[in-house]
Amino acid sequence: MRFMVIVKADKDSEAGKMPDQKLLADMGKYNEELVKAGVMLAGEGLHPSSKGARIRFSGNKRSVIDGPFAETKELIAGFWLFQVKSLDEAIEWVKRAPNPMPGKDSEIEIRQVFEAEEFGTEFTPELREQEARIIKQAAENAKKQGSRG
Amino acid sequence: MTASDTHRAIDAVWRIESARLIAGLTRIVGDVGLAEDLAQDALLAALERWPESGVPDNPGAWLMATGKHRAIDTFRRSERIERKHQLLGHELESRQEMAVGELDAAIDDNIGDDLLRLVFISCHPVLPREARTALTLRLLGGLTTDEIARAFLVPEATVAQRIVRAKRTLSEHKIPFVVPRGAELAERLSSVLEVIYLVFNEGYSATAGDDLVRPGLCEDALRLGRIVAELAPEEAEVHGLVALMEIQASRLRARISSSGKAILLLDQDRGRWDQILIRRGLAALERAERLRAANGPYALQAAIVACHARARTAAETDWRRIASLYDALAAVAPSPVVGLNRAVAIAMAFGPAEGLKIIDALTSEPSLKGYHLLPAARADLLEKLGRSGEARAEFERAAALTRNARERELLLDRARAQNADNHTHREKK
Repeated sequence: MRFMVIVKADKDSEAGKMPDQKLLADMGKYNEELVKAGVMLAGEGLHPSSKGARIRFSGNKRSVIDGPFAETKELIAGFWLFQVKSLDEAIEWVKRAPNPMPGKDSEIEIRQVFEAEEFGTEFTPELREQEARIIKQAAENAKKQGSRG
Repeated sequence: MTASDTHRAIDAVWRIESARLIAGLTRIVGDVGLAEDLAQDALLAALERWPESGVPDNPGAWLMATGKHRAIDTFRRSERIERKHQLLGHELESRQEMAVGELDAAIDDNIGDDLLRLVFISCHPVLPREARTALTLRLLGGLTTDEIARAFLVPEATVAQRIVRAKRTLSEHKIPFVVPRGAELAERLSSVLEVIYLVFNEGYSATAGDDLVRPGLCEDALRLGRIVAELAPEEAEVHGLVALMEIQASRLRARISSSGKAILLLDQDRGRWDQILIRRGLAALERAERLRAANGPYALQAAIVACHARARTAAETDWRRIASLYDALAAVAPSPVVGLNRAVAIAMAFGPAEGLKIIDALTSEPSLKGYHLLPAARADLLEKLGRSGEARAEFERAAALTRNARERELLLDRARAQNADNHTHREKK
């Protein structure tokens, strides 16, 4: 199973304030543990929202809103992608992370990633048709390659 | 936390800590079987205490300390008590004098080495292959006997027996708990990689049963591979294997249709290939190539799948490069199976007639007698050459040889597709 692990923003991360040496070292060590355990698929820090943008969708209209964005507690500062057996294992790993905002209260959120199989697993008539098309196309491809050979 | 919350947390802690725990205890007591028993005792103690006291801040250290205490209790009951007791007692006394932080560091110091030792001993050549796999999945993968049994479609009792016998064999042969060195290392490492890849393949392309893929097994193998890659980062072939597995795993979601039917590589929807795994695979391949002249068999196989991964469409596949990689692979790790795959690549690069020449030469290979992919490959080339009747016969022969229901289905479908052509030819006459 995969989980996205989300570090929430705060006013320091939004101000672009660099983490102190100790936190950098502790985070580095933690990331190392994740890699050594084979559970970290990806992990990145995000620039403050002042360097980002939002797109608003309204009917056919698209409008661009430049950062920074005001609602700090709705923003994120970084994320990991874990591969583990269960939500409980993800929780156990996150508990071992250093506090991303040392000296303050902070939160890290864990969300399960959808696997492709979970989207509409029913074999509908549309999917049946699509599958028949794939098989037919494959047969045609095979014939085409034969004539080229 | 409710009791069941704590139990779930303990399960998660066990998954994270059990291999290191068993490894550390094995170094102390010198026996893998005894170490696992002690680790289980520590787990039981956790199940008894933690629902009340809560999960400790450093659960791994708690389990290790508990295991060591149990070890002392065990030695008190054996005739080797005096010497061991002194060693352990001394170790524990001096530990008690250390601060908690120092204790953790002292345990951590040895853990990487111990874990690597455990990897090597679980895959020791004195054990039959199925025993190595079962023991590795149990001690390092943290799988239960039942999970291992289901992975290989054998009865649970069979797996339990394999594990018991394996531990006894290691004891009887007094297999030392060390990381092999020098000339021995390459051979012992290849045994480790073989076990991991065996597990991966069971998940990627099951040899029997109703499902073609079992992604959970691929995940288990990948995790083990990544762990070994960090334990032995200077070994090129480990990175080669990890690269191979990451890239193959990237195709898991595209390999089967929503009804579970098998889809051939060249027909897969590449939009469903997992780009994160591809990226990781290419990075691992780079590590392998930087360490060594990229001619290890796993690195070569990884380079081959990387060619597919880099092609945005099937038509853009660099078949000549793949064919030359197979030439190199056939030189360092010759086998009839490699020969067969090389023939398929040559057919794609230079035309089916070229490939068929090579495959026809392989049909007399005794080790390929029961191998369904040989007639399947031959059938594919015959189909491309317009020899439908022969193609149908070969697809049917291949279908009869495979034990996997999904593969059989695919092959029979392809056999039936030949029939349409046959009717047309007969009518023309």
